[in-house]
Amino acid sequence: MIELRSLTKRYGSFTAVNGVDLDVPRGELFGFLGPNGAGKTTTLRMIAGIMRPTSGTVRIAGIDIARQPTEAKQKLGFIPDRPFIYEKLTGVEFLRFVAGLYGQSGEDVERRGRELLALFDLEEWKDELVESYSHGMRQKLIISSAFVHKPEVIVVDEPMVGLDPKAAKTLKDLFREYTRRGNTIMMSTHTLEVAQSMCDRIAIIQRGVIRACGTMDDLRASAESGVTGLEEIFLRLTGEGLARELIEVLDA
Amino acid sequence: MLDELRTLLAPKIQTARARARQKERGRGARTAILVVVGAVFWMFAFGVLHRLLAYFRGVPEIGPLLAGKLLGLILVSFFSILLLSNIITALSSFFLARDLDLLASAPVDWLSLYSAKLLETCINSSWMVVLMAVPMLTAYGTVYDGGGAFIGLAILAFLPFLLIPAAIGTAFTLLLVNAFPARRTRDILSVIAVLAAAGIVVLFRLVRPEKLARPEGFRSLVDFIAILRTPTSPFLPSEWVSRSVMGWLTGSLDLLPIYLLWSTAAAVVVLGALLHRGLYARGFTKAQESGERWAREGRLGRFARAALSPLGVVRRELVMKEVRVFFRDTTQWSQLILLGVLVVVYVFNIKFLPLTGEGITFFIVNLVPFLNLALAGFVLASVAARFIFPGVSLEGRTWWLLRASPLPIRELLWSKFWVGMVPLLVLALAIVGVTNSLLHVSAFMFAVSIFTITLMTFALAGLAIGFGTMFPRFETENAAQIPTSFGGLLYMMSAVGVIGAVIVLEARPVYSYVSAISFRGGEPAPMLELVLGFGLAAAVCLTATFWPIRIAIRKLEALER
Repeated sequence: MIELRSLTKRYGSFTAVNGVDLDVPRGELFGFLGPNGAGKTTTLRMIAGIMRPTSGTVRIAGIDIARQPTEAKQKLGFIPDRPFIYEKLTGVEFLRFVAGLYGQSGEDVERRGRELLALFDLEEWKDELVESYSHGMRQKLIISSAFVHKPEVIVVDEPMVGLDPKAAKTLKDLFREYTRRGNTIMMSTHTLEVAQSMCDRIAIIQRGVIRACGTMDDLRASAESGVTGLEEIFLRLTGEGLARELIEVLDA
Repeated sequence: MLDELRTLLAPKIQTARARARQKERGRGARTAILVVVGAVFWMFAFGVLHRLLAYFRGVPEIGPLLAGKLLGLILVSFFSILLLSNIITALSSFFLARDLDLLASAPVDWLSLYSAKLLETCINSSWMVVLMAVPMLTAYGTVYDGGGAFIGLAILAFLPFLLIPAAIGTAFTLLLVNAFPARRTRDILSVIAVLAAAGIVVLFRLVRPEKLARPEGFRSLVDFIAILRTPTSPFLPSEWVSRSVMGWLTGSLDLLPIYLLWSTAAAVVVLGALLHRGLYARGFTKAQESGERWAREGRLGRFARAALSPLGVVRRELVMKEVRVFFRDTTQWSQLILLGVLVVVYVFNIKFLPLTGEGITFFIVNLVPFLNLALAGFVLASVAARFIFPGVSLEGRTWWLLRASPLPIRELLWSKFWVGMVPLLVLALAIVGVTNSLLHVSAFMFAVSIFTITLMTFALAGLAIGFGTMFPRFETENAAQIPTSFGGLLYMMSAVGVIGAVIVLEARPVYSYVSAISFRGGEPAPMLELVLGFGLAAAVCLTATFWPIRIAIRKLEALER
């Protein structure tokens, strides 16, 4: 469903993403991990068609997003890490607007909007301007908006930031059910337990290069022997020295 | 305290320094254009004032009085601009700035915070007035041989003149934030806008400029001089600056105004600080609250939805979003009040033009509405700069949503074009229609006016979208600040260029036609000239409509945020 081929992004002399190759098949929940500044957000924004790669290709359901952006984006929903939305629209107006961007309107959209708002406990707030929403409520609204036009692929950057435990649980269930129905999710996260418990496969990116990719068993195999948890694998693959330095700094 | 103040101001200074050093494509060209435009403005302002003051200096007795009155008039305008600007800037620097959370949680002394923010507000609000004051004071100093020490006196008088409105404006904003439900900048700004409009009218009434323009209206020269000698508004700091400057220049230096300026500045800063100590914490807390704001789709919304249905889902939703966001954003719609005042003043000025009586020919009566088009065009360009130019910049934070959706950029820009252009056209036709009726113009001139202003409106809206996209200000929180950017300046220059080109291209055929009617007794006007002139004007306008939008589409398609 998502195909990345030699995907590269350079900012002047700095290479943020360096020749990434990935395949995420239909019905998979794919985790994308990496330390800060590793190239996760840049990769996801290229997949969503917000940024253009310096070289390489992104295909969504077989459609090249650079050549046929409108067709490819019709199949996509994107959830960014920072919830910037129109402050002067109400929740329900925002969902209607997003559906409109995908050419959808009518009773179907209204019903789906109501259901999504109810799912995330935003029903009471639906007629209130977004400017009065908290960070978490905005995040929930953006998540709802990504589902409102029924995309086949969701690309999501740090979905759990700002969510309360109930909303986080709802989101996990929603993601599971969504992929069970044959849709695809590619998700970046720093919450390793979430990735370990939810994702079918995981890729770890560092300095723009994929360091490891596969199921938890594959990752365990690529790390050194004796390592079982994702946190240990992550630290081993991305440089556990940093964690040790942190402990030393705190001790000092 | 001074160390703390230095620490608080350091990030602002470092940011300004970093911005100045930043390497950016086209920066050299931008700076060069700004320097040239600034130099031209300075030379023009200096030239006009120098000539006028040189004339005044040659008039015995009344000359210095007139020069003093003129200075007072300019300074009273500066003072009202400074006051309004400080009120608006204080709202953002004291209550909405992003660094406030950090400062509020740090152990910063209240007086240091007040001083740092007051200084920041004062500098951000005053730099433009200072730039305008330099050529003015230079002209006064040169004509009246003020000498090198005049520079010192000017600085001595101007510093408290800038500080007083900063302290008053800051205190006023503090009271407003405490009085109104928090984050309801709509209430605050609408109050400010209405007060500003009323304040300007009151200040102009205080100055009574029309009396000076009609000396024949006074019973005698003695009356006229007595009026000139009377202080316009003795309690305004502008009057004190004017008196100290003119006193120095006419050799009768009076230290009282300087004393008044500094003592008042000290008093308002101290009072402002006390007010800040008492009310700031409460106001800042209120500014963190969001306040309930509900909006349900009513009959009007449903009607608009139905009426816009023929446009298709995407365009309809884009248009409805634009309209909703505009009318719910105070920084945007509050400017409509000032626009209303501007239009009323404009129409009234036209109404009182002396276009009847001896020496007023049919030719002149027809010439005025033609020139009126240029002025109306300028008014429309200013309106487009305020309302259409910021459109793309305001999408900055939500750009991810539009870019990730299948919406073609073309649709987005053309939706913004139509949403801005249609009300602008209604305003244009209303201005031209009303002023033409007041001027009793001929059917030909009426047709020319309608044709020209319609084409100009298309061009001005297209240019506004184009330049607004080519020079976006995505990080600006206040929409009102976007038109005053470098791109806004370039837009106004281009708009004036297009208006000028259209007027020049149409001038010849209009002249020929009106001459044929008034001087040659109805001889038919040369058709080729008419077609060519109006055809070229139309071509200029259509190019100015489509070309900038085409460039803007390419620019947005390549934009990565």
